[in-house]
Amino acid sequence: MKELVVLSGKGGTGKTSLTGAFACLAENMMLCDADVDAADLHLLMAPEILERTNFKGGNEAVINPDKCTGCGLCKELCRFDAVLETLEPQGFTIDSIDCEGCGVCVDLCPEQAIDFPRKTCGEWFVSKTRFGPMVHARLGIAEENSGRLVALVREEAKKRVREQHLDLLITDGPPGIGCPVIASLGQANCILIVTEPTVSGIHDMERVAKLAAHFKIPAMACVNKYDLNPDQAEAIKAIALEHKIQFAGQIPFDPEFVNAMVQGKTIMETNEDSSAAKAIKEIWQAVMESPAMKLERII
Amino acid sequence: MIISIASGKGGTGKTTVATNLSKTIGKNVKILDCDVEEPNSHLFLNPVINGRENVIAPIPEIDDEKCTYCKKCMDICRFGAIAVVGKKVITFPELCHSCGGCKAVCPEDAVTEIDRTLGIIETGTIKPDKNEVEIQFVHGLLDIGQVMSPPIIKQVITHARQEDINIIDAPPGTSCPVIAAMKGADFVLLVTEPTPFGLHDLTLAVEAVKILGIPHGLVINRAGLGNDDVKTYAQKENIPILMEIPFDKRIAQAYSKGELIISCLPEYKVKFSKLYKQIKELAEQRRQAK
Repeated sequence: MKELVVLSGKGGTGKTSLTGAFACLAENMMLCDADVDAADLHLLMAPEILERTNFKGGNEAVINPDKCTGCGLCKELCRFDAVLETLEPQGFTIDSIDCEGCGVCVDLCPEQAIDFPRKTCGEWFVSKTRFGPMVHARLGIAEENSGRLVALVREEAKKRVREQHLDLLITDGPPGIGCPVIASLGQANCILIVTEPTVSGIHDMERVAKLAAHFKIPAMACVNKYDLNPDQAEAIKAIALEHKIQFAGQIPFDPEFVNAMVQGKTIMETNEDSSAAKAIKEIWQAVMESPAMKLERII
Repeated sequence: MIISIASGKGGTGKTTVATNLSKTIGKNVKILDCDVEEPNSHLFLNPVINGRENVIAPIPEIDDEKCTYCKKCMDICRFGAIAVVGKKVITFPELCHSCGGCKAVCPEDAVTEIDRTLGIIETGTIKPDKNEVEIQFVHGLLDIGQVMSPPIIKQVITHARQEDINIIDAPPGTSCPVIAAMKGADFVLLVTEPTPFGLHDLTLAVEAVKILGIPHGLVINRAGLGNDDVKTYAQKENIPILMEIPFDKRIAQAYSKGELIISCLPEYKVKFSKLYKQIKELAEQRRQAK
């Protein structure tokens, strides 16, 4: 099996719209939405959910006021300032948003007055779409462990790719370069960086390119809305060369992307002959014919 | 006062609003870019950097002479960052959350903490154009390959001063990094675009702001694209729409070059001033209600 991970660094460059279009062009593939924080791929894919499973993330410390003697050791130990002193009733309480789930207070409380229940931090789904199966998730609001949930949905997707003898996994990645992004790219055949011809697009693409190099994952790049600033698009080509990243192509600005999104479809379905759709086909071809994607990875 | 600018979805215009708003207000403004994975504000404001500090997190180092391999450190660590295998203790710094549990629990005092660098903070000033005043600038940068951004975001925010007008450019999403960038703010300005993706992620961001109980308002960027669902949602949820920035190729092109809207279309200065006035009023109303 092979896996392509679509990343960008900067948000809003068109990762999800492009992933949707690729799903339409690919054969024998599975989709994985690894942007568990603000997942949007389902808005194009209208997945029919077949399985749903709770995601048990970390634990959360909760002080039992009946056992607490108010010694304050937990507050002293907590590195995350999550233990708050309360006046009425006098004692201590834990701010669930700040609690890191490290359990130091739980283990070291002399009265064993702190419970440590496991938290349900989200949910993940196995679905059916008109293009193939899809694994996706929803992290609870203000929750931690997004990297763990990303790793989980990718593992579950890969398992099903193997079981169902599919050829390809297309993973829609999160923005940024931190925890969830790192969890989304390990062992991928190749990442495709979708950027835009702006100062921020370039800046952020370079950081993702460095991240890919750091983890030794081959990378390719493409520019969305290139005609907004053709000079910057040329600069991106040069930067790609400098970072030894294959340039896969460029897509013109096309309001058809938003039209398709409003209809809950991919641009390939609403207007296959649009200039953007044609450019995407060429990019898809370049990606699939790249040396990195030719390689079968045994996962 | 702290104004945090957030969105849920990436690329909706957080940085555009944060930078233009900062430049418009000018006096006593400090902009704090908390999108430490991909900070962009500096590309539009060109600050002169005059201060740098490392963001460090303590990680354990085991003294083999003192260690008796009792495994207490391994047992307390919820993040799998310490493994005791026979007469060997292995630490995994990238998994460590710096909670200090191993050090606190070690009966032999064999754990000391050493510094690990997660990223840096850069501080500086934005040189004023004609008729302007100097703005203070702070941003954080996560080192490539590092996982944990919240400690960097928290350290950026320590530079906020209550007497200043602190404008925070938050990262996208709704999980821990965003919460770190919104917590403690007097007002959260949500920026969205009127598309299905924009709306979907906005609803998540609104949930997060509600959990924190911070007054909030909305800026609709690229108005005219997509549909009216964002407006309908805002009305239903009683979220004030404080500003609309129409989809305009001139704005997109200026952005691509690193130019501010207020530089290429000066009439926007009035609009951003009005935006600030409304934010101030809403934050003040909340303060009085408390």
